[in-house]
Amino acid sequence: MISALFRGGIHPPDNKNLSAEKPIATASQPDTVFIPLSQHLGAPCKAVVTPGQEVKKGEQIGEPGGFVSAPVHSSVSGKVAAIGEFPNAMGRMVTSVVIENNGKDEWTILKDTPDFERLSPEELKEKIKIAGIVGMGGAAFPTVIKLSPPKEKPIDTVILNGAECEPYLTADYRLMIEHPDEIILGLEILIKIFGVPRGYIGIEDNKPDAIEKMNQALQGKETIEVVALPAKYPQGAEKMLIKSVTGREIPPRALPMDVKVVVQNVGTARAVFEAVRYGKPLIERVLTVTGGGIHDPRNLFVKVGTLISHLIEECGGLREDAVKVISGGPMMGFALPSPDVPVTKGTSGIVVMSEQEMVHAADFGPCIRCGRCIEICPMGLMPSMLSIYAEKGFYEGAKEYNLFDCFECGSCAFVCPSKRPIVQLVRLAKSMVKP
Amino acid sequence: MKNEKSGLIVSVSPHIKDAETTERIMWSVSLSLLPAVLMGAYFFGPRAVFTVILSILSAVLSEYIFLKAMKKKVVVLDGSAFLTGLLLGLNLPPSVPFFIPVIGAIVAVIITKQLFGGLGYNIFNPALIGRAFLLVSFPRLMTVWNEPAAAFIHLDARTTATPLGILKEEGVTKLIEVFGDKWNLYSQLLFGHRGGCIGETSVLALLIGAAFLMHKKYITWHIPISFLGTASLIAWIFGGQEGFFTGDPLLHLMTGGLMLGAFFMATDYVTSPSVKNGQILFGTGCGFLTMLIRLKGGYPEGVMFAILIMNCFSPLIDRGFRTKVFGAVKKPEQGAKQ
Ligand code: SF4
Ligand code: SF4
Repeated sequence: MISALFRGGIHPPDNKNLSAEKPIATASQPDTVFIPLSQHLGAPCKAVVTPGQEVKKGEQIGEPGGFVSAPVHSSVSGKVAAIGEFPNAMGRMVTSVVIENNGKDEWTILKDTPDFERLSPEELKEKIKIAGIVGMGGAAFPTVIKLSPPKEKPIDTVILNGAECEPYLTADYRLMIEHPDEIILGLEILIKIFGVPRGYIGIEDNKPDAIEKMNQALQGKETIEVVALPAKYPQGAEKMLIKSVTGREIPPRALPMDVKVVVQNVGTARAVFEAVRYGKPLIERVLTVTGGGIHDPRNLFVKVGTLISHLIEECGGLREDAVKVISGGPMMGFALPSPDVPVTKGTSGIVVMSEQEMVHAADFGPCIRCGRCIEICPMGLMPSMLSIYAEKGFYEGAKEYNLFDCFECGSCAFVCPSKRPIVQLVRLAKSMVKP
Repeated sequence: MKNEKSGLIVSVSPHIKDAETTERIMWSVSLSLLPAVLMGAYFFGPRAVFTVILSILSAVLSEYIFLKAMKKKVVVLDGSAFLTGLLLGLNLPPSVPFFIPVIGAIVAVIITKQLFGGLGYNIFNPALIGRAFLLVSFPRLMTVWNEPAAAFIHLDARTTATPLGILKEEGVTKLIEVFGDKWNLYSQLLFGHRGGCIGETSVLALLIGAAFLMHKKYITWHIPISFLGTASLIAWIFGGQEGFFTGDPLLHLMTGGLMLGAFFMATDYVTSPSVKNGQILFGTGCGFLTMLIRLKGGYPEGVMFAILIMNCFSPLIDRGFRTKVFGAVKKPEQGAKQ
């Protein structure tokens, strides 16, 4: 049952039908993978391999570079060709390990734990840590850190995020349809780690099949409940999801643990299960390759480090009218300067936009104070004022209007009839003043 | 921004946008006034149509010349100058001399809008300032009311005063006498067969346009309903001749520029508050000031000045009624200053 709905939000056309009915298929083996040593929020890894060295699939190639960090593993078997600076999806140069794939898919020895239910919370966490698991919904925050809140912040609720509110993306949807049991086992592991009585899985009600599949898989399990959430963007944002499921509002600048909640993505839950049960590190993930600019939209099971251009070829290549390639969803994802960048642990989808799907933002008008953005801002901000102050260079003024509470969901820029680049202006202002 | 090598566009999220545009809103509001224009044409003849067209042309041309002269980007097609001209025209008596709409449009577009920074930065509703300027500068020309040309019934010569004028000067009994009986009065007000500004006389035509705007969600109930509600309440309590609670709110609602003002002028995005609760206060203030002027002031009509006065408070109201930030315990006092 839904507790309380958050205020505002929008209903963009979701275009999920492009890929929703395509079962998850394993992408073909790339000849080379480019595995960035920094795929997560926090300190980059240190390489533990050297060029020329043979590596197996699943072998650790980068060790954590700090407390907030996650190890990185090889997603193929083959030979380390180079360690150097290569562009990531944000266009930044990051140290990456380049591995030539021998195509044999030889696994390193993994530690199988059939009786994982007997493990203690500490042992479970250790397994999640060495598997290099990070949030797979996009933020890529090391999971084990979220699983270790300080003592004075007790947790009483674990929520799995199956909202997938970004238009176009269907990877989480397919996971819930095809692997509900593994997701639930993953959630049970999280529940055990925190010792909480209940867990929830939040799914938007525009995915009735997923809700049904999860409910079937939950037969006889009392501790977990599926919550059908009204479909509206950004339902999957952590704050909004927590509000909808528990009725609790995270105060400005606080974290989910401040309201005793931990949220994990459904894909992460599955990775947690695989790490605990099979000792499998996070080297592969499901993502959606879709959009009007690609010939054959699909949901693919992909090795981390595969170039996005490889996946585009896999899906029939770009259409003639393709103009933009986005990593992530169309609301919060970022446009790629080049598709020759690797998939990372946090890549939830690739959306190729065609000319027709685009609204060209080059031309924007003045704010006509129509109030639409104020009505829909899920954070209760006044995006119009943020954009006006930022545009005029009065960054302090934007700060007065709660600049730093904006999480850049893009709803305001979506509805603005003057096509104002509000998110861009917000980012500019954020870079110009101290929080 | 296009990447040179890959030919891909790189821009900041979000990558999809709603189809709604400022231009579409402006043209839709203009369209919603079409019934009022048609009724004005029907009752007041070609002269009235000419006045409206002249007003629109002057507004659009003023904007064009100003932007060209200032070497700014010419955005005349955003429809806002057209709408300003249209609203000004509808707020003029039918047979004003031709220089009147021209001067009004120049004041509206150049002084009230462009000199304040253009669309979005003006404090006052441009069309209303244009009209206020004309009323103050040419009081006689701006209060010549001619008899509706198409007459369903013969009215005596007194109809060359507006119903609101008669109401103010001679009272409701006289007004009913002029129109024959009470029902005839109401139905004539509804259809627009009476003296007044070109676009304000037909309540029915205005309601059709308002319904369209509400249906399209271009305006919400907050401003018009609080405006009309407050005005009705005050008319009922204080507007009667036989003491309190004997006024006729319907008569006040349907006369003068109240309908035009409440649905089409007070709802102007730029000059009204953006926060919904603030809009209710704004509408209430408009209703209160309108009736204050109608019942106690020197002019028979108060809608125009009421809206202009409330325009000044819009920025203040927006600050006072800021939305609650998600998770904040109370309204932040930050930002209230400045
Ligand atoms: S991007 Fe920021 S200001 Fe805009 S709607 Fe989202 S939270 Fe509000
Ligand atoms: S939606 Fe755009 S035009 Fe409307 S108030 Fe917000 S920023 Fe201004």
